[in-house]
Amino acid sequence: HEKNVSLFFNCQVSRVVGTLLKDNPQPRTFIRGIQTVTLIPGDGIGPEISSAVMKIFEAAQAPIKWEKRNVTAIQGPGGKWMIPPDAKESMDRNKIGLKGPLNTPIAAGHPSMNLLLRKTFDLYANVRPCVSIEGYKTPYTDVNLVTIRENTEGEYSGIEHVIVDGVVQSIKLITEQASQRIAEYAFEYARNNQRASVTAVHKANIMRMSDGLFLRKCREAAEKHKDVKFTEMYLDTVCLNMVQDPTQFDVLVMPNLYGDILSDLCAGLIGGLGVTPSGNIGTNGVAIFESVHGTAPDIAGKDMANPTALLLSAVMMLRHMGLHGHAKKIEAACFDTIREKKVVTKDLGGNSKCSEFTDAICQRVKDMD
Amino acid sequence: MCEMSILQPPPAKYGGRHTVTLIPGDGIGPELLNHVREVFRFSCVPVDFEVVHVNSAVETEDDISNAITAIRRNGVALKGNIETKHTMPPSVKSRNSVLRTSLDLYANVMHCQSLPGVQTRHKNIDIMIIRENTEGEYSSLEHESVSGVVESLKIITRNNSLRIADYAFRLAREKGRRRVTAVHKANIMKLADGLFLQCCREVASGYPDITFDSMIVDNTTMQLVSKPQQFDVMVMPNLYGNVVSNVCAGLVGGPGLVPGANYGRDYAVFETATRNTGKSIANKNIANPTAVLLASCMMLDHLKLYDYASLIRNAVLTTMNETRLHTADIGGQGTTSEVVQSVMRIIQIKIFN
Repeated sequence: HEKNVSLFFNCQVSRVVGTLLKDNPQPRTFIRGIQTVTLIPGDGIGPEISSAVMKIFEAAQAPIKWEKRNVTAIQGPGGKWMIPPDAKESMDRNKIGLKGPLNTPIAAGHPSMNLLLRKTFDLYANVRPCVSIEGYKTPYTDVNLVTIRENTEGEYSGIEHVIVDGVVQSIKLITEQASQRIAEYAFEYARNNQRASVTAVHKANIMRMSDGLFLRKCREAAEKHKDVKFTEMYLDTVCLNMVQDPTQFDVLVMPNLYGDILSDLCAGLIGGLGVTPSGNIGTNGVAIFESVHGTAPDIAGKDMANPTALLLSAVMMLRHMGLHGHAKKIEAACFDTIREKKVVTKDLGGNSKCSEFTDAICQRVKDMD
Repeated sequence: MCEMSILQPPPAKYGGRHTVTLIPGDGIGPELLNHVREVFRFSCVPVDFEVVHVNSAVETEDDISNAITAIRRNGVALKGNIETKHTMPPSVKSRNSVLRTSLDLYANVMHCQSLPGVQTRHKNIDIMIIRENTEGEYSSLEHESVSGVVESLKIITRNNSLRIADYAFRLAREKGRRRVTAVHKANIMKLADGLFLQCCREVASGYPDITFDSMIVDNTTMQLVSKPQQFDVMVMPNLYGNVVSNVCAGLVGGPGLVPGANYGRDYAVFETATRNTGKSIANKNIANPTAVLLASCMMLDHLKLYDYASLIRNAVLTTMNETRLHTADIGGQGTTSEVVQSVMRIIQIKIFN
């Protein structure tokens, strides 16, 4: 009887502690002042949507100072391609970045800019929250999930060989270290953002050793975070269930290739890349938030672009920095404007200009105060 | 359903009866395949089943070897999914995969069609998916080079890529399809998927009447959930095939509806398209028998028993679309046995008319 009582008491204590922790989840503390953020406008429609975001942030009086930088690759000494040193220095100092779409010219000789950024700052986790946008109708409603994708290894290691003529081998690399890192991040994210469960997506029935290792690391991380529910599901089952009922999913964590496919699948559920935010988390506290759509050269400079994706990524950035009040305000203004459908850009079903859409959001933000 | 000139079904045995290997598998496999046998017996289909059990809980390869030998002997098989237990050491490969590679069943074919009786978000879907079934990411070649670092090899060969592309185009032509789309990720896997894409292009040049285009796999999934009607025939390597076929199956109503076929040069094995064991719903009389019954009809077509195939297929589709007797997975309340009874009732009416 005594053992039962003390057990019961311990349960109650841990439950109370758990609730307290859930209410104050932010481990980050930022100085209550102006935070400087590196802004990379990008190419094509990049500059216009970046200005839109800056304008909206100003209207919301967000304590952010922008430091614009260009990341077009330059060749350093020894011929190695790298991002310009002032851009790197700015990111290392500020730790937080917001990036627009970048061009990868085909014959420029340098690797993709996104790849270069990823390598420079060791951006190991790609996080994409996919939430249905009221007012932008898709066949799927009530989607509310987050895909967390390991971004450095896996199938995208880039190691390929021609064994003999007509036989090509591509190597998928899974390491204990990277798997552990991403699994821990997924659980931390779930905890910090009040998400109930984490699902590991894998194909360990076929790729017994590689995905088996990934799965093991996820299981280990689950042990350390017992307040978050952990499930594992085969990639094909996830795909099957995702298109039938996406509401059953919460946080998904997976290796590189599955992450690439699933995160785009989920973006498709809520309306495409034009409305999907994305964040890349790196080591040393670096985080770069970005819009994942293209540069849209055909509408660049014509005031037709839709800044929603970049804006929602900026909102994700605010949350990451602990500025929840401002994040909520800006996000609500954006969603309300889209829901009302009066002043929206062409891809959202209206025919307003980018500037008009931006102004409508700014007005709403100001009205909220 | 699928008559490729290079693959001849085995000749009938005594009295015009065929022998087909039956592998019950795990989960819902055994009960659903029993229903298939019931329907076949009822309809007097001239097929005898040679049942071969494969125990997924043992480490030895004897069971699966026996199954493979039986399929070599009979030429045709109908199977349920064999579970791959994670408690086994990694040296124990997926038995389903071993079966496919040993028999060189290089083409996995799946036809996803919207059924009028099933409620789905998207309508008018009609996609044929041809998936390379033996190599790619499923080569099962893995090793731990250094402790904590595992390498898994994805193999793409020119021969297999040409073979599957050729199969896809011939099937497209035979079925009167207008367009073949190759799904790949050649922007990242430049050599491997690049080779696959190149082989597809080479084969495409020999079929000027069919439009050929390609699409990157992540864009493909995005397009599938927003506008699946744009796709006609799709051909792709193994892993993307896994993703795309599951997405398409989900779009038309779920794993209980779509049959799949695995064709090789000499053998053919029929099963459900999404290859699920369905452990959680096993032996509860709630599984949807449609996929397995339609797979058995595909098998009958392969054996050139077209009349029996149409008879059973019609009965299944009538139950689905007109009688609207649905199992739980598609929003109904019928049990497996009720659906099967309805199918047999319709067959009975047809036979006696």
